Amino acid sequence: MLYREAGQFKTSYQADQAMFPILQDRIWIGIVLFVAVVVIPWMANDYVLEIIMLNFLFFSLAAIGLNILTGYTGLISLGTGGFMAVGAVSSYKLAIIFPELNIIIIFLLSGLVAAAAGLVFGLPSLRIKGFYLAVATLAAQFFLDWLFLRVDWFTNASTAIEGVPRSLFGIPITGPAASPISKYSVALAFVVVFAIIAKNLVRSHVGRAWMAIRDMDIAAEIIGIRPLPTKLLAFGISSFYCGIAGSLMLFLYYDAAEPDLFDINLSFKVLFMIIIGGLGSILGSFLGAAFIVIVPILLTVAPEYLGLPISSDLAKHIEFMIFGALIIFFLIVEPHGLARLWQIAKEKLRLWPFPY
Amino acid sequence: MEGSFDIFAVILSFFSGLLIDPVISMFERPDKLLQIVIQGTSAGVMYSLIALGFVLIFKASGVFNFAQGIMVVFAGLTVVSLIEFGVPAILAIAGAIAVMVLMAYAIERAVLRPLINQPGIILFMATIGLAFFLEGFGQTIFGADPKPVPTDALWIPSDKHRVLGDVFPKPVRIYELDLTAAGVGALIVAAILVFLNTTKLGRALRAVADDNQAALSVGIPLRVIWVLVWSLSGLFAIFAGIMWGSQSQAGFSLAILALKALPVLIIGGFTSVPGAIVGGMIIGVSEKLGEFYWRGVLGDGVEQWLGYIVALVVLLFRPQGLFGERIIERV
Repeated sequence: MLYREAGQFKTSYQADQAMFPILQDRIWIGIVLFVAVVVIPWMANDYVLEIIMLNFLFFSLAAIGLNILTGYTGLISLGTGGFMAVGAVSSYKLAIIFPELNIIIIFLLSGLVAAAAGLVFGLPSLRIKGFYLAVATLAAQFFLDWLFLRVDWFTNASTAIEGVPRSLFGIPITGPAASPISKYSVALAFVVVFAIIAKNLVRSHVGRAWMAIRDMDIAAEIIGIRPLPTKLLAFGISSFYCGIAGSLMLFLYYDAAEPDLFDINLSFKVLFMIIIGGLGSILGSFLGAAFIVIVPILLTVAPEYLGLPISSDLAKHIEFMIFGALIIFFLIVEPHGLARLWQIAKEKLRLWPFPY
Repeated sequence: MEGSFDIFAVILSFFSGLLIDPVISMFERPDKLLQIVIQGTSAGVMYSLIALGFVLIFKASGVFNFAQGIMVVFAGLTVVSLIEFGVPAILAIAGAIAVMVLMAYAIERAVLRPLINQPGIILFMATIGLAFFLEGFGQTIFGADPKPVPTDALWIPSDKHRVLGDVFPKPVRIYELDLTAAGVGALIVAAILVFLNTTKLGRALRAVADDNQAALSVGIPLRVIWVLVWSLSGLFAIFAGIMWGSQSQAGFSLAILALKALPVLIIGGFTSVPGAIVGGMIIGVSEKLGEFYWRGVLGDGVEQWLGYIVALVVLLFRPQGLFGERIIERV
């Protein structure tokens, strides 16, 4: 009843090809956007904005990036952290080399640098796939980690890379002077724009080519999809997203970070997000990111709330265990993740509360 | 013109440092070269030990077991902790074997059985989850700090010998620990090869690896075989854990190091036991050589990634690895 699309007639091609063809979906998106744009900045305190919402936004962007590569194109990557590091380091370098450049352009350019790195490390993907490719992307992760740690030029010979204070329209958005709300707005704007781009990419001919490659690459080749450009495009766009996520993370959240912040564990974290959220789903990237950002916070808050004295070490170990168990649980119960659960819920809601 | 010449000189010196200087220094100090090759081989033996655990599981169940590294740490810590409690070494090892068999059973029951017939990539991700679970579980039980391995209690010799002192200006050091690792490792590999190739159970195991549906239809109990094979790889993990631990300390940082076994697998091929051994040697030696001879131009830490790059290069020419079966794909 709630999700019934009967009676919603499409009278033009535009309406038929709309991003969200069903009215209820559009209402949902409207509500979510309203909450994100109006309610959260109005209601939330600085803790929620900084610790939860900012993290959630960066990670959703990175998860969308990885989902394009792993979920849509079927190329498993363990190098996400490395590509995020490329984005962070290049935005730092760019901001220092070009002090006059608008910060938004710096973010976009650093995404492009990360995309270039992704293209280089994506080259082997033509010849290898599956586990072999996973190991090849590990090469990217470890090599980039080492590069940023050892070569002084990238960090200007200091131990940390820093977010350079910048402002937009006269309002400081990075650095210590920036307020959580302005940081949040910038991150939100990036995520909304790039989520819409991603959503449209994956339902265009590009996305269909990716999915064809994922489902069976040889068959895709036979029907005229060229594997190398398609796979490389996926690598490039995926790394672009990850790079922007990395540079936003550095500039808006950490301010100063050692390059090894973006280590292999970060890659796994983003991979878990898309597994739990749903492979091959933009919505799933958001759900997975929300899940993985919020669960650790709940795990540290819940024992205090219940009055159980748990040391922070033990909480961290238990967090690991619960993560691992949840991954296995989700793979067993629903290999398509939280996004699939939402799908099922929608199908149920189509009839609910009537039996048929 | 002046500036461009400088850049040219810098590039030239970089490449000569990369390609020419190492060769010169190899000829000048052959004892150093030999020492590094020995170091690399001993590192390679350690990589092979982990890689063999991967190969066993991959051959029998088609699962790419990402948790192998953490299983090694887990097994090693079990032995060490039991000895710390005052349990005799033999009993401690027996206890660790029991733990690993129990773990194999639990993994089969909780992870493999519900995920049967899923594509390999799903199982791979499940083992990443397993790795995280075991890491958290292990840290809760054993604590996060690394522990030294009591080599005396486990009868592992830890002396070093200086040999060839009359041929070279400086003698070459050989550690008994490395020899033990290589010797016992070879024995275990031989035993496993005999088991796989001659016994009935070994044949059943290979049948499952070949085609588990066909194996099921001729009456091979799939679940028993899986428990068996994960236990076998658990045995490997105990040995590898003790040996890795004796080299440095048994701790969870070894799990990241164990990822080095992945390029070993790529070079050797996922299904080949000799491949895992040769691949281990190639990775071990090449990364130690790179670390030593390229330190001048590239700085420290080359060994962190060189193995992966070597594996990538091998993949470009032989996508199935040196010893892997040829990949044939049909639509």
